[in-house]
Amino acid sequence: MEGAELAGKILSTWLTLVLGLILLPSAFGVSLGISEIYMKILVKILEWATIRIEKGVPKESVLKNSAPVGIIQRDESPMEKGLSGLRGRDFELSDVFYFSKKGLEAIVEDEVTQRFSSEELVSWNLLTRTNVNFHYISLRLTMVWGLGVIVRYCVLLPLRVTLAFIGITLLVMGTTLVGQLPDSSLKNWLSELVHLTCCRICVRALSGTIHYHNKQYRPQRGGICVANHTSPIDVLILTTDGCYAMVGQVHGGLMGIIQRAMVKACPHVWFERSEMKDRHLVTKRLKEHIADRKKLPILIFPEGTCINNTSVMMFKKGSFEIGGTIHPVAIKYNPQFGDAFWNSSKYNMVSYLLRIMTSWAIVCDVWYMPPMTREEGEDAVQFANRVRSAIAVQGGLTELPWDGGLKRAKVKDTFREEQQKNYSKMIVGNGSLNSESD
Amino acid sequence: MGSRSSHAARIPDGDSIRRETGFSQASLLRLYHRFRALDRNKKGYLSRMDLQQIGALAVNPLGDRIIDSFFPDGSLQVDFPGFVRVMAHFRPVDDEDAALRDPKEPEPLNSRMNKLHFAFQLYDLDRDGKISRLEMLQVLRLMVGVQVTEEQLESIADRTVQEADEDGDGAVSFLEFAKSLEKMDVERKMSIRILK
Repeated sequence: MEGAELAGKILSTWLTLVLGLILLPSAFGVSLGISEIYMKILVKILEWATIRIEKGVPKESVLKNSAPVGIIQRDESPMEKGLSGLRGRDFELSDVFYFSKKGLEAIVEDEVTQRFSSEELVSWNLLTRTNVNFHYISLRLTMVWGLGVIVRYCVLLPLRVTLAFIGITLLVMGTTLVGQLPDSSLKNWLSELVHLTCCRICVRALSGTIHYHNKQYRPQRGGICVANHTSPIDVLILTTDGCYAMVGQVHGGLMGIIQRAMVKACPHVWFERSEMKDRHLVTKRLKEHIADRKKLPILIFPEGTCINNTSVMMFKKGSFEIGGTIHPVAIKYNPQFGDAFWNSSKYNMVSYLLRIMTSWAIVCDVWYMPPMTREEGEDAVQFANRVRSAIAVQGGLTELPWDGGLKRAKVKDTFREEQQKNYSKMIVGNGSLNSESD
Repeated sequence: MGSRSSHAARIPDGDSIRRETGFSQASLLRLYHRFRALDRNKKGYLSRMDLQQIGALAVNPLGDRIIDSFFPDGSLQVDFPGFVRVMAHFRPVDDEDAALRDPKEPEPLNSRMNKLHFAFQLYDLDRDGKISRLEMLQVLRLMVGVQVTEEQLESIADRTVQEADEDGDGAVSFLEFAKSLEKMDVERKMSIRILK
């Protein structure tokens, strides 16, 4: 019996601590500075670890780790230069050399496939999962790593799981309760309070440190908020600083419960699976939503899939055809403290959440950007590209013209036709000229 | 992301592959990582679909032919040694290779002859050792798509076969192919240098 009493006492002190130090400040949007201290200690430890690694490893291996440069020597000259042979410019047997070299180069390294796996780190951050290129260095480093494992799995993980649990429960209960009230400004105020509090709790459940920049450009009502997509956590990160109406498919299970509860308190736009296929229906509903100036701004991720936060892929034009003001937002995670990218082909949701909760922290920067509208004579695709460039520049990400759907589907033939056109112009366009000089 | 640190010893048959292809330890490691990244379902081998998913390869006019070169003899899977063997054709020719080479051993995979042979096989679909006029037409068609008419293409194919064909059999054998390209800097054009 003593054991049970002791356990009961520990549990209650634990819960009181959690309540006092985390839950209440979240409700009031106040920070006690505990996470800042944690981050400072973490940064010091990682710096120490990096120095130890660099001392212990011979120079050449350190150079090898700068993966972002590219692993093959590329000759980026255009097709004309790459193909020019001895004679004029007719078809030659050697023309296949150019295409086969380009093809093999793509097999060794292509800019798209690498975006669907986690970014390689330049220096190790003491997490087992990122230990790809690093070997055993010293006993002290291994001990620190071991300590890190204990801290992460035995101290941080239970705390985070508790917080997440509390956060989600409060969200469901809170929104259901608020949903009972008749529509009024009180209801809106309360639903905002519930949303914000629960999001802040959930963010603390991930040890999230978020820096918001340019808060004056925060998306306004009646607008559409557009951001680059790295993981489902993006939603949390954005809703901690303001309320949005979310767009998406109705899911089953836990997500479904959360969705149904949330929509009672404030109008989100959830679609049935069958409705999603009908683009006109989707556009119509979204247009109706933003036409109502009192409704919250819509949050959309136009890439359509999770990318690994080093680049921004093609934006689907559907969101840009609705009209209205677009508020772009750039989200950049710092991979040193934890990898937020959700590789959905590798991990399912539960193992992804587990990985997030056993990382050191989630640190990210959010930049709000000035609103953009479609200009005269600009079609949806050009507008989408303009917004995408702005987001890429702000977040320090590269831009890729490819479709995020390449993760799952094959590429369109139109791209191949471009190459064929270029080549044909060369051999047929010049053919008549050369036969005169021969 | 594996939790093991990667050594070349972890690559199955690493040493024999290194000897056969001439790749350095570091390059082999890079290729091994790439092989594992392309092998999305962790099968241990690559199928055609794994290679077709590479965007830049799928838009290459000769993409399908290049993928074919990884699957000789109608096989449906390529394991890591097979993958590296094809890549080895594109290893740059270093001077040290020529100096160290033992004349009794077979030619390295990245020799001029073998590079030419790789290109030859892109044309010679039925592997009969000759590029017929029809095979020439097929490759041309792949490279130009729908942009060029049949007549223009046929005249280009006829001209090319005529110029290269020496024994008048209407097809281009490998020796005739190699001879017509003897002035071409094959070593440089068919080389991919992997940065260490």
